Parts: sequence; C-alpha cells; structure tokens
Amino acid sequence: MNPTSVPITYTSGEQIEVYRFSFPVTIGVPLLAIFFQAFVPRRLPFFSIFDFPLLVTIFFAMARRNPITGLLTGAAIGLVQDMLGPYPIGIYGIAKTVVGYGASSLGSKLDVENAGARLLVTLGFYLVHQAAFFAVARGMVNLNMNWSWSHDLLAGVANAMVGTVLYFALDRFKQRA
Amino acid sequence: METVLGRYRNLIILVGVLFLQVLGLAVQVKRSGDAQNTRLIRIWVVDAITPFERVFVRLENGVGDLWHNYFYLRGVRAENRELRQQIEQMRLKQVRLNEDAAQAHRLQSLLSFKEQYIEETVAAQVIGSSGSDLSRSLYIDKGSKDGVAPDMAVITAGGIVGKVLRVYPTTSLVLMINDQSSGVGVLLEKSRLQGVLRGTSNGELMLERVMSDESVSPGETLVSSGGDQIFPKGLPVGTVASVKPGREMFLSIKVKPAADLSRVEEVLVVTEKQEREPAIEETGIHVRAADVLAKRLPSVPDKRPAAAPAQAGSGSSTAAAGSATNVKVQTTNAAVPKTDASSKPAVAPMQAASAATNDSGSVVKTNSGDSVTPPADTIPTSKPIASPSQSEPSPVMKAPAPPANPPSANTADEPH
Repeated sequence: MNPTSVPITYTSGEQIEVYRFSFPVTIGVPLLAIFFQAFVPRRLPFFSIFDFPLLVTIFFAMARRNPITGLLTGAAIGLVQDMLGPYPIGIYGIAKTVVGYGASSLGSKLDVENAGARLLVTLGFYLVHQAAFFAVARGMVNLNMNWSWSHDLLAGVANAMVGTVLYFALDRFKQRA
Repeated sequence: METVLGRYRNLIILVGVLFLQVLGLAVQVKRSGDAQNTRLIRIWVVDAITPFERVFVRLENGVGDLWHNYFYLRGVRAENRELRQQIEQMRLKQVRLNEDAAQAHRLQSLLSFKEQYIEETVAAQVIGSSGSDLSRSLYIDKGSKDGVAPDMAVITAGGIVGKVLRVYPTTSLVLMINDQSSGVGVLLEKSRLQGVLRGTSNGELMLERVMSDESVSPGETLVSSGGDQIFPKGLPVGTVASVKPGREMFLSIKVKPAADLSRVEEVLVVTEKQEREPAIEETGIHVRAADVLAKRLPSVPDKRPAAAPAQAGSGSSTAAAGSATNVKVQTTNAAVPKTDASSKPAVAPMQAASAATNDSGSVVKTNSGDSVTPPADTIPTSKPIASPSQSEPSPVMKAPAPPANPPSANTADEPH
C-alpha cells in the first residue's frame, strides 16, 4: 500500500459518511434561503447581517463532501443571489464558489458533525467569503467597499451561531449516499 | 500512473468555474453603460422569487388590516379628533403656501423658466430587496405592464426614494438614493447652493461638490434641483446632519434623508413629467418683473397729493391674488384722462408704468392701444411682458436694474 495515496483523516469511520439530498430539497432549500434573504431584512433590518445563502452553501458542501458538487452548488447559489441585485452577476458567485469548494474539501477531512466544529468552520468560511467578495467587488467591479475587521468578525460570529442551529434543522433532510 | 488531470481534477474544475464567472463579470462590467438590455436569466430568477414576495406581502397586509380594523380600535376616536385639528392647521398653511407658490410661478414665468411638473404617478408596494448588504435596492410590484420604465423617479410623501433601474413585466428594481452607485442633483433650499448627493457603501448620504468656503449649517433642507433630469425640481431630499471639512477644497456634508429609506413600504413612481412654464392666473393684471421688484424697494414719497381720480385701479388690487400684482401705474398727473386701459383688462402692450412720469411730473400720455417706448434710462433691460391696464397714482421712481438671472435648476452639476 502506498502511504501517500491513503487520505489522512482525523475522523472516525462514521464521520466520512457522505450524504445526499432529494431533488426538492436541493432546489427548494437554497431558493428559500435566497427568498428569506431578500424579504426579511426589509421588515427586520438587523437580519441583513446574516447571509442565509452562504450558510446553506456551507451546509450542503460539508454534507456532500465532494469538492466538485460543493463548488457547483456555491456557484449556482451565488449567481442566483447576484441576479437579484443591481450589480454585475458574478460577485457572489465567485465568493460562494470558493466557499463551496473549501467547505466540501474540509468536510471530507475533518469531523464537521458536532456543534463546535460547525461553529468554527462557519466562522472561518464567512470570513473567507467576505474576503473573496471584497477582492472581487473592489478589484474587478470597482465598487466602493470598506473592510471593517470588527464588523466582519462580529457578523461572522452571528452567522456561525445561527448557522449551527440551522444545520441541525437541515440535518433531517440528509440521506445516506 | 495517475495523470495530472486526474490528480488535480477538483482544482482544475474550480479554476474553470471561477474563470467562467470572471469572464462573465468582465463582459458585464464592460457593457455596464447599456442599461436597456436586461438579461433573460435575470428575468427568470426575478420571476421565480418575486411572486412569493407578493404573496407574503399580501398576507401580511391582510393580517394587519384585520388587526387594525377589527381589534385595534382603542384610541381611534381621539386620534380622529387630533387628525381633524391637524387638517385644519394644514389647510391654513396650504392657503398661505398657495399664495407664495403663485407668486413664485409668476416670477418664474416672467423670467421664462421652464419647470418639470409631476403629471402622472403610479402607486406601488415594496415587495422585497436585493438581499445583499452591498446594494441598496428595492423590488416593487409594478413593471412594464403598468407603464413603468427605467430612469423614472420613485418618491414617497416624505421625499425621494430612488430611481427605477430595471424593469420586468410585473416587477421593477429601484436603486435607492443611498446606494453607492446613486447620484442625485440637489440644492440647498435657503442658500440655493447646488451639489450632488451620493450614497456610500454603508448606506449613508453625502453631499458632494460644495466648496469649503460656502456656509452650510446642520438642519438645512435639501431639495432636488431637477438637473439630473430624473427627479422634478423641488422634491424634498433630506436635511443636513453634519458638516466637516472634506477632501481637497470641498466640504464633507452628511445628509439625513427625508424619506425613511429603511422602512419604505409604499412608493409612487413618476411615470409622466411635463415641462412647461408656470401658468399665470389670467386676472387681467400683467406685471413686469421690474414693477414687482420696484414694489419691494423703498419708494420716494409723493411730491404731489394723489389727486388723480380713483380710477379703475382699485380693480387692480383685487384682480390678482398676491401682492406681486398690486402694481400701480405711475400716472401722477391728474390731467391724464381715463385711458382705455382701464376698460381693457386684457394684455396691453408694454407701457412703461414706472417710466410714465419723470421728475417734473409731466406725463407720458399713454394709450392702451399704442405701444409706448419709455425713456431708455428708465427701461429695465429685462423683457417685460405686459403692464397693468389700470392707472393709479403712485410714487415716482425709476425702474431698478433688472435682477441677474438666478441659477437655473436645469444647469445642475451632474445627471443621475
């Protein structure tokens, strides 16, 4: 056996379980998240700091543990989110593609089923998402954006907490592949 | 042996997908000047999302109506009483404002200004947003089928909200004034300074292009200047919140919007504007700008008793609303016969009312049917349109120099 070809993991056998989802869930949950993101902040402005499409991207990527499906899911969700806005399509698409790829790659290597891991992974990928978004918006589209560490960290913690709760609710839709 | 493609397959796909998106972004940014084309895929996505938003808004309104109409009746009577009192006060204020507006219209007409008036509006309800913290935009439930088109102004009773950016068959995307890509031509109501109001990335409003040596104080009101050809002139925009020195030679002025942009629920889309000169009330009294200004200046006391018979000039004070039209023709000599002007309330040719007498008191005989060229030194250089048709004793004075043309609203800095 070639030691370099064996993936080194730090998880138990159960944790490398790959999940899949039914077609209605695959389409309906992201659409619901995008609708929620577009509708709720008008009534409750505080909700604008949450990025529900991002949380859903991370969840699906971690559950499927397949980088290709993870990045494609992120790309699709991000592009749809872009289409609702006035700016060029692709800003959220690129950021969520990176997050989808990263979360699914990490999901196949680490135990991401417990609450603590989910909290940290969500916080980390929220910051990655914001960094990618900032780079594309500022560097390519020349939008006037300011980076605020304090704001993004606090928003990241808030998203991580909400995401952890959301993931446990979405766990019921998992089907073993 | 594993090939490179096989080993790095995931990374290659990732790079490929990212590259396609970057390419798409580049194409869009290059074509961003072409605002008319809306991508079909946007229409599909918007059509998929907005119906649910409409349903939820209707449900919300239904529940709200049920609550307000059947359950929440406490204090309705007291509120009704209070509102009636407010209406009475506002009616009184409206009468005064109408008079002021009529006066302003007459003066503008004299100077041949053209204004944009709101001719037609469409009411719309806000059904959602773009869902992004980066952009400040709204979706409304009216689209091209309702007569909405891009670059139409969107307003509320409180003030301006934004402009229509994209139109779909039954929905429209409105770019709010506090979005960072938005710009509105505004002017300060008191000082008449013009500037450009821009949004920032965190949703604030900043007034730009105001020189640092200008005097701007917190609390001043901003109105639309009309220069961007989107918002008609005179619509409330906001108030100055703070003034600080800015970059280079400009002030950094923060503005609080007049409309509550975070809680907009119903809006009006201005679907039709009309450019016209403000109409003058046809009262029979036509006033020159010089006469209006002359009335405001201190006058020389009468040298002779006002012996001229009370002619039909008494009609001049009642014929026109507002003090601006209460101009007296300067025929102080009693020998001046009752001219035909008194019986002709229609527009008369130019009569130099202020130039009708000179210092010696002799009268330039005026006949309403004739064109009279008054002495050149008393003629205002602005073009008068008519003169009062009645004659009445009035102080002798020279017509003042015509006012310099005030800054036109149509020459605001930047189009939106």
